[in-house]
Amino acid sequence: MKVTSSGIDIAMCSQQLINSGAGAFAGFEGWVRNYNDGHKVLQLEYEVYTPIAESEGRKIIQEAKERFDILDAQGIHRSGLLEIGECAVWVGVSSVHRNEAFDACRYIIDHIKVRLPIWKKEYYENGDSGWVNCEQCAAAM
Amino acid sequence: MNKLITVVYFAIFREKAGISEEVISTTVNSTAELFRELKDRHKLNEPLGHCKVAINDDLADWESKIKDGDTVLLFPPVAGG
Repeated sequence: MKVTSSGIDIAMCSQQLINSGAGAFAGFEGWVRNYNDGHKVLQLEYEVYTPIAESEGRKIIQEAKERFDILDAQGIHRSGLLEIGECAVWVGVSSVHRNEAFDACRYIIDHIKVRLPIWKKEYYENGDSGWVNCEQCAAAM
Repeated sequence: MNKLITVVYFAIFREKAGISEEVISTTVNSTAELFRELKDRHKLNEPLGHCKVAINDDLADWESKIKDGDTVLLFPPVAGG
């Protein structure tokens, strides 16, 4: 699991998971979209506390390897300012068969979203900006 | 007995506190007690259960003990992905 301030090279990330025993690869890309909660979004800024984001991310990937019968998994998350359409987070999983790759990929992205010290600030068309509440917190409130 | 603790604020906590970190002298023993003390001082309204805490770069919980010289990282609700 890595945090990067530059663009994610998805082809290169996927290639790192190539394994001659793998019959399946599942990937997830989280993209920056132009609308949230009724506001037109122009830009996103991710603040990341990298030491714990990377160590906790590695823990999540290790958990996925223990829970699901997969061959390998990787994750990468952006920090800093992102434009609409950019890839903010990428997860890739290789396995012998597809079910395990899908399940592990879902497990990893779901846990990345609620466990890593990452915060998202949206910049809106009307000049305002705001920190986005996490999905789980919003649901609990 | 008073302890000297470095507190580091992130995202909305940093904006509300108006500082990214500070050294405080306190008598509190746990991370939850520290959070309650700072919540009043800096108007941090986010519920404790939605926030996270780390001590010296290791994730901790709200019952964790703090000791003199620790660096406590206060994380508001996260929103990765």
